[in-house]
Amino acid sequence: MKLRQIALARSGDKGDIANLAVIALDERDYPFLVEQVTSARVRTHFGGIVRGEVVRYECPNVGALNFVLHGALGGGVTRSLALDAHGKSLSSLLLDLDLPERAGPLPEASA
Amino acid sequence: MITRRDTASLRIGCGAGFSGDRIDPAVILATRGKLDWLVFECLAERTIALAQQARSQDPEAGYDPLLVERIEAVLPACRANGTRIITNMGAANPRAAAARIARLARERGWHGLKIAAVTGDDVLATVTGSEHRLLETGGQVAALGSQLVSANAYLGAAPVVEAIAQGAHLIITGRVADPALFLAPQVAAFGWRWDDWNALGQGTVVGHLLECAGQVTGGYFADPETLPVPGLANLGFPLAEVRPDGAAVITKVPDTGGRVTTLTCKAQLLYELHDPAAYLTPDVVADFSGVRFTETGADRVVARGGAGRQRPDSLKVSVGYRDGFVGEGQISYAGPGAVARGRLALKIVDERLRQMQVPCDELRSELIGVDALHGRAGRPVGAEPSEVRVRVAGRTTTAAAARKIGAEVEALYTNGPAGGGGAVKSVREVLAIGTTFIRRELVPCSVHCEVIP
Repeated sequence: MKLRQIALARSGDKGDIANLAVIALDERDYPFLVEQVTSARVRTHFGGIVRGEVVRYECPNVGALNFVLHGALGGGVTRSLALDAHGKSLSSLLLDLDLPERAGPLPEASA
Repeated sequence: MITRRDTASLRIGCGAGFSGDRIDPAVILATRGKLDWLVFECLAERTIALAQQARSQDPEAGYDPLLVERIEAVLPACRANGTRIITNMGAANPRAAAARIARLARERGWHGLKIAAVTGDDVLATVTGSEHRLLETGGQVAALGSQLVSANAYLGAAPVVEAIAQGAHLIITGRVADPALFLAPQVAAFGWRWDDWNALGQGTVVGHLLECAGQVTGGYFADPETLPVPGLANLGFPLAEVRPDGAAVITKVPDTGGRVTTLTCKAQLLYELHDPAAYLTPDVVADFSGVRFTETGADRVVARGGAGRQRPDSLKVSVGYRDGFVGEGQISYAGPGAVARGRLALKIVDERLRQMQVPCDELRSELIGVDALHGRAGRPVGAEPSEVRVRVAGRTTTAAAARKIGAEVEALYTNGPAGGGGAVKSVREVLAIGTTFIRRELVPCSVHCEVIP
């Protein structure tokens, strides 16, 4: 299964730092995202694109993870040589992440 | 004469999320949004540096190139409906922008219109030659010497609130923190104190959700396969109905394209965010970690739960400086073996630039359609593409060296692989942006008002 099947993602930029928000389409999938989409996996998935560290923030209030990728924008939007200097398309690369199939159906929504 | 309507909630719309944004959605908001305030956020990181360059050529220039077009499009409806306008389209020259609109107002007969210009963000004189250090490079501003182009502090909501208090119908600023443009009318309407951090934090949430316009109504969100959004060609821009306690309904004008859902709101809440519990603005360190969204109807989502802590002691300053040139060239190949011919083209250009000893600080060679966006991390999802576009871009110290990069790509027409077409080349000066911080007391703000007779 691809991450794209259970989440959406949005890229933002500040200087040479990209952030990628990964949001569960169904909030009941949030614990599964927390378990599967670790900063180490994101680091590996992006290979040479990210030169610095990857920091993950958990956002249970909106069923989302926020990844902050340091050194991911070719020196910063204003001087980068990249076609996509803002890294807008990085979110789409993250959605290509392979995930194991979930065991069983989604749990019942909590009250 | 314009007067603010008296209703239980304050209605704030966003008419632009960047300098080149569509104009007609703002006209719809002005006409049918029943707004108290229409806000246009038009300044990206680099926009002011570019505008400052324009101003250095012409003291009456340096504001947003679409200023007149946008204001002319919405102002008649705003006047008819009692809607006031806030915008950072003043860019590097808010006073010249205000003077330009005053001239337009006299031509159009907009009698009684009160225009305010907010100044103070331009701290170029203060930081020139100073020991302020750039966050990105660690170097001092003084070391930039004649490369230094602009320095603008991010102002908070206070000077905009002052302009509101003076009764301005149109408030034009330079650099003001994006959410502060939206926080200001909330503070003015509800009388929030400047140390009511939770109120300022929730008001900042509302501003953050609105500030990119279509990004909260389905733009930068839609995917025809997984997240279809109807009517993107007529995307409605957002408005918030803010209650005095700060809770707000995010919505849009009926019968416009797009969608407002909890998902579109969540995606925008986290946009350009680092630590969700510490979103730094000049007015408050906002805490988004308790924000909750509730869908209460079609295209109606309540946002509440934003909080905050004491504001930072210093203000962020964006420093623009000239940082060399970028030369670029592109050419396309198609049909069987397109990728192989594209790769050969890249190899030829690389060899030529080395032979000619073109001095590049950094050179980037790639095939659009194969590896330009995600490099080697992007895995092929299907068969080899039937067309590719060669792209070579390099950073150089001189414009002459930058020109050679595009020239070598263009020369592939007659000297490179078979079937190369559609070559383009360009040279641009790099305006880099660095960050520094400045003590608040070094940034005095002013409000200048003019009433059209």
